[in-house]
Amino acid sequence: MLEILQSLFTDYTLRTVTLGTGLIGLISGALGCFALLRRQSLLGDTISHAALPGVVLAFMITGSRAPLVLVIGAAITGWLATLVIINIVRYTRIKEDSALGLALSTFFGVGIVLLTIVNRQPEASKAGLNNFLFGQAAALIQRDVITIGVIGLIVFGALIFFWKELKLLTFDSEFAASLNFNTQRLELILMSMLVFAIVIGLQTVGVILMSAMIVAPAAAARQWTNKLEIMVIIAALFGAISGMIGAIISSLGTGLSTGPVIVLVMTAIATFSLLFAPARGIIWQNIAMRRKGRRLRQSLVLADLYELATEHGDPYYIHTIEALEAMRPLSGSVRYALQGLVDQGLVTKQGQEWGLTKAGVAAVHAQQSD
Amino acid sequence: MSIEQFEIQLIAAVVAAACALPGVFLVLRRMAMISDAISHTVLLGIVGGFLIAGDLDNPLLIVGAAFVGVLTVVLVEVLNKTRLVKQDAAIGLVFPALFSLAVILISIYARNVHLDEHTVFQGDLLFAPFDRFVIGGVDLGPRTLVIMSVILLLNISLISLFFKELKLTTFDPGLAAALGFAPAAINYGLVTLVSVTAVGAFDAVGSILVVALMIIPATTAYLLTDNLKLMMGLAVLFGAVSGVGGYWFARLIDTNISAAIVAVLGMVFTLTFIFAPERGMVSLARRRKRQKWEFARDMLLVHLLNHKGEPDEDYENRIHNLVEHFRWEPDFAEKVVRYCENYGLIVRRNAHLYLTGEGLALAENKEI
Repeated sequence: MLEILQSLFTDYTLRTVTLGTGLIGLISGALGCFALLRRQSLLGDTISHAALPGVVLAFMITGSRAPLVLVIGAAITGWLATLVIINIVRYTRIKEDSALGLALSTFFGVGIVLLTIVNRQPEASKAGLNNFLFGQAAALIQRDVITIGVIGLIVFGALIFFWKELKLLTFDSEFAASLNFNTQRLELILMSMLVFAIVIGLQTVGVILMSAMIVAPAAAARQWTNKLEIMVIIAALFGAISGMIGAIISSLGTGLSTGPVIVLVMTAIATFSLLFAPARGIIWQNIAMRRKGRRLRQSLVLADLYELATEHGDPYYIHTIEALEAMRPLSGSVRYALQGLVDQGLVTKQGQEWGLTKAGVAAVHAQQSD
Repeated sequence: MSIEQFEIQLIAAVVAAACALPGVFLVLRRMAMISDAISHTVLLGIVGGFLIAGDLDNPLLIVGAAFVGVLTVVLVEVLNKTRLVKQDAAIGLVFPALFSLAVILISIYARNVHLDEHTVFQGDLLFAPFDRFVIGGVDLGPRTLVIMSVILLLNISLISLFFKELKLTTFDPGLAAALGFAPAAINYGLVTLVSVTAVGAFDAVGSILVVALMIIPATTAYLLTDNLKLMMGLAVLFGAVSGVGGYWFARLIDTNISAAIVAVLGMVFTLTFIFAPERGMVSLARRRKRQKWEFARDMLLVHLLNHKGEPDEDYENRIHNLVEHFRWEPDFAEKVVRYCENYGLIVRRNAHLYLTGEGLALAENKEI
C-alpha cells in the first residue's frame, strides 16, 4: 500500500495517468448530475458514440492528432447528434429512446467508415485514433492532462457562472421560461458542457464505457442528498476517486485495462449507495418499512386486547393468545407483537394469558384519540 | 458476381430481417436502448459460456448470452422498481458494469482466444463465407448464414404464434394484464428473442450493426404506417435492402461492410424523415403552409359574411380595411384575396370584395 502511494509521487507515468483519470471522473461526475436529473442519462452514450466521426474528420482535415483538435472535432459531431435527436423527437412521433439509438448507431457507423478510410493511409500518426474507440488510459501524457485540465476549468467556470439558471432549468424549465430565461440557450450551454465532459474522457475510458462515467457517480450521489449543490460535489468526488483507484489498480501489473476497472469501482460505489445510503438506501427503506409494520401490528394487538377486555367490563382482563389471534387471523405473529408490547411495559403476561397494564390502557386511549 | 459475394449479401439480408422483426416491438415499447444494452452485455454471456465450455463453437455460448441478455433487463427493471433511479439511468448503470466485467474476465482468463471487445464492435462480413457449417461432410453454407436463418425462422414463428399477445401488451399493457395475458412473461420472451438474435448476429456483423438493424428499419417504418403488420413488413424490407445496398456501398468505397450498412440505414431513415408522405418534413411544411392560407381564407370569408348587408359593408369590404382589421401586411392581404378569387369564392369590384355563392356557402359553414 505504502509502495503504491510512494510510486504515485515518484512514477511519472502513474502520476500523469492517475491525475488524468481523476480529473475526468471529477468533471463527468459533476456534469452527470444534470443529465441524470433531466432524465438524459443515455444521451451520454449517444454523444460518446457520435464523437467518433468528429475525431476522424478532425484528423482527416488537419492531419494532426493533438488532443485539442480531436476533442473539438468530437464535440462538433457529438453536439450535432444531440441536435438530431432533439429535432427528431420534436417533429415526428418517434420517441426519445429510438431517436437516441438511431443517432448513436448512425453516427458511429459513419465514424467507422471514415476510420477504415483513414486506416488505409500509410501514416504512423493514425494510431492514436483507435484509442478513442476503446480508450487507453496508459497512453495519457502530460499534454493530454493539460488539455483535460483546461477544458475542465472552463466547464466548471461555466457551471458556477450559470449555476442558478442551470438549477432552475433542471428542476422546472417551464418556470424558467416564464421568468423570461432563454431556456433554449441554457439547454444549449448545458448540452455543450456535457459534450465536452464526455469527449475529454473518451480516449481514456473508451466509447462504450463513457456513459457509465456520466451515470454512475451521479446515481450514487443522488442517494446521499436532496440538494443539488451537495449532489454535484459528491458526484465529482466519487468520479475522481473511481478514476484514480481505477488507474492505480490497473497499473499494479495486473494487465487489466483502466476503463473497465474504473467502471467497476464506480458500479461498486453506486451499488453501495443504493443499498446503504441513509433514508433512501434499500436497506434503510426495508428497515423503516419493517419497523412501521411492527408498530402497526403492535397497536392493532393492543387495541384488540382493550376491546376484548372491555367486553368483560374490566380493561385489565387477561386473555389467551388464541383469543387474540381469532380477532385478526391474518395480521402476522401475535406472540411477537405481544412480546414487543411487554418490553415496552404496555402488556403483562400472567401464566399463559396476557393483559394490559396501566400504561397500556393509557396508550390505547391515546391511540383512539388520535 | 462470385458465390462469396452473393453469400455475403444473403447473410446481410437475413441478419437484417432477423433483427428488424423484434426491433419493431422494441421501438413501439420504447425499449430501443435495451437493444444497445443487450448487444454489449451478451459479451459477458459469451465469456461465461466459453469459461464453462472451453471452446468458442459451443452452443452453451448462445445460451449464456441469452441468459445475460435477460439478466440485463431483469437488473434494469429491479433498479427501476426501487424508484431510486429512473429507467434510463438504470440502463446506463447496468450495461457498462456487465460489459466491464466481461472485458476483465477476458483479460484474465481468455487472453489468447479470438475473443475481445473489439470484435463486439467490428465484426466483418467479408470473411463470413469462409467459415462453413459442415455436418457429416456436407457443406450447408456459411456458418453465420445457417445460424441466422435458424434465428430468423425462430423469430418469425414465435412472433406469429404470439402476435396477438405481443400486439396487445405493446399497445395496451393494462388491458392485456386484465385479460390475463401476462405482460411480464411476454416482455421477457421478447427480450430473450432479442438476446438470441443479438448473439447470433454480433459475431458476424458487430454489435453496432445489431443496434442499427433493430432500431433504424423499425423507426423508419414507423414514419410510414399505422398498421403493425405493414410496419413489420416495411422494417424487414428496409433492413434487407440496406443490407444489400450497404454491401455495394462498402465495395464502392472499400470499407467495413457492417459500418457501410449502418451508413445506408442512416441514409434511408434521413430520406424517409424528409420525404415521408404524411409525417415527413416536406409534407409537414407543406401542410403548415396550406393551413396558413386556409385559415386566412376562412377569416376573410367570415369577415365578409358578418358585414354582408350591414350599413358598414362598403367600409369593411375594402381590401385596404383588411390591413387594419386583421393587421395583415398589404402584400399578404392581396395574396389572400387572389387566392380566394382563384377558387371562385369572392369577386372584386372597384376594390370592394363580395362573396360569391360558393364563398357564401363556405363562410356560413365555417361560421358554425
